[in-house]
Amino acid sequence: MCNYMKLEIAARSENERFARSAVAAFALCLNPSLSELSDIKTVVSEGVTNAIVHAYGKSGKGAIRIECTAENNGVGADGQECTGGILHIAITDYGCGIEDVEQALTPFYTTLENEERSGMGFTVMQTFCDGFAVESTRGQGTSVRLTKRIGLPLTEDTQPPCEGELVGLEKDGVHAG
Amino acid sequence: MQVRARLDDKILYMELSGEIDQHNAARTRQAVDQYADHYCANAEKAVFDLQNVSFMDSTGIGFLIGRYKKFTRYGIPVYIANPSTATNRILQMSGIYTLIPKL
Repeated sequence: MCNYMKLEIAARSENERFARSAVAAFALCLNPSLSELSDIKTVVSEGVTNAIVHAYGKSGKGAIRIECTAENNGVGADGQECTGGILHIAITDYGCGIEDVEQALTPFYTTLENEERSGMGFTVMQTFCDGFAVESTRGQGTSVRLTKRIGLPLTEDTQPPCEGELVGLEKDGVHAG
Repeated sequence: MQVRARLDDKILYMELSGEIDQHNAARTRQAVDQYADHYCANAEKAVFDLQNVSFMDSTGIGFLIGRYKKFTRYGIPVYIANPSTATNRILQMSGIYTLIPKL
């Protein structure tokens, strides 16, 4: 199973909550644990905040694109068979770009010394995810790619429904769209 | 995000509830700083009770370090109480407990 979603939002801070909740809701297809869900919300919030605060800064205008892919390969983080899989998240902006990516990745480094920023955003993303990459071009924008393994051990409660059950659900209109 | 404060036996308890992110950090900061200014003469200790904080990202770390600096200027030590598992994870990772110990 490979599921995906694309979302474009205005770079406004009131959309942070929407963005992290939307990605968390999308990730539900991989049966994440509560702590995995909370990690997902946190890293999305970090990425979107970076775009708003740093990429677009004072202009307050711009778009943020969030693309997610859920790969359910039936293998969890510990190699055991499970209902989880891999969540890929890409958060892209079209803002000012990062002058020195390596420096930006340094824990506690911030370009906004006077704004009480912790300088921990990238560090949080790296710590809470299994894969992390940043691509940035000055004047064109930044794309952060995150990968997180999501896995619950296969138990009776977490077994995916068989194909017939899914079709049944769709017929009953339980699945919107 | 809401902040409720009470002074109990010279300890200023500030209960934060809701989500701390870039969107609401400024308002939360304003509220806490008002309590800090108001109670600084009577408080010997300040405690952030995070029991009802349902979400926090690294903006919250910046916010807490900023408040630590503010209370330190008043000579008041700051503590953190009751973080959820998720909040504790990010706080622990940031090393903030060396500045603001967990009760």
